[in-house]
Amino acid sequence: MDKKTYERIAKQKKPKKYVLKHSLYAFISGGIIGAIAQGILDILMNYFDFSQEKAVPVMSMTLVVAACILTGLGWYDKLADKAGAGMFIPITGFANSMTSSALESKSEGLVLGIGSNMFKLGGTVITFGIVSSFILGVIRYVFLH
Amino acid sequence: MMNYILSFVFCGAVCVIAQLIYEYTTLTPGHITSLFVCIGSFLDLFHFYDRLIEWFHAGAMVPITSFGHSLMHGAMKQAEEFGILGIAMGMFDLTAAGITCAILFAFLVAIFFKPKS
Repeated sequence: MDKKTYERIAKQKKPKKYVLKHSLYAFISGGIIGAIAQGILDILMNYFDFSQEKAVPVMSMTLVVAACILTGLGWYDKLADKAGAGMFIPITGFANSMTSSALESKSEGLVLGIGSNMFKLGGTVITFGIVSSFILGVIRYVFLH
Repeated sequence: MMNYILSFVFCGAVCVIAQLIYEYTTLTPGHITSLFVCIGSFLDLFHFYDRLIEWFHAGAMVPITSFGHSLMHGAMKQAEEFGILGIAMGMFDLTAAGITCAILFAFLVAIFFKPKS
């Protein structure tokens, strides 16, 4: 009985410990990306005299380019193994998914490989983003006008 | 300095929510990112996401939720000018830079780098 309860408690505790560790990694890595983005935004606005409207796309472009190159070098996937959601939720994860599926299908050729498989993983984001934005946009438009 | 801490905390918190969904359900990263995009455009329905960006600056612009927000935001901006057709016309207005860059560099990287795995 004593052993059983111990085992039950141990079973309950074990996955939770990993969840906490993974969440912490996700928090730190996601937070670092957020802070880097803020840093890029500050540099663009203070030293290059960009307006906020112009600085935001440039900031996301910088992050996307960095993520593409890191994926090409194979470093992004190593980071993603550790950080989990911290690496696929920021906009860099979208760039990573596109680059990695393009890279993996490189052997199938330029058109049928890279061209058609690029959106294999990242396409869901665009599809659902557009569908939900369109439906909600129509709802908002109808109610406001 | 405060902006950095706010960005860190918000972006980190969104990632933790995603990580918890990932740990406790059977959803894949693809499901979670799709879900977050939908949440982002839903939050823009009441202009709530604009306020999040005001409060947390870059922290709210980096997670994938902001992708849904900017799709919706560009669509509504054009809708004010061109009516209901504007929703389709302005959909990519704000996200165009990010998507173009992602496609271009994904293509270039795929050509110039060798797959690692």
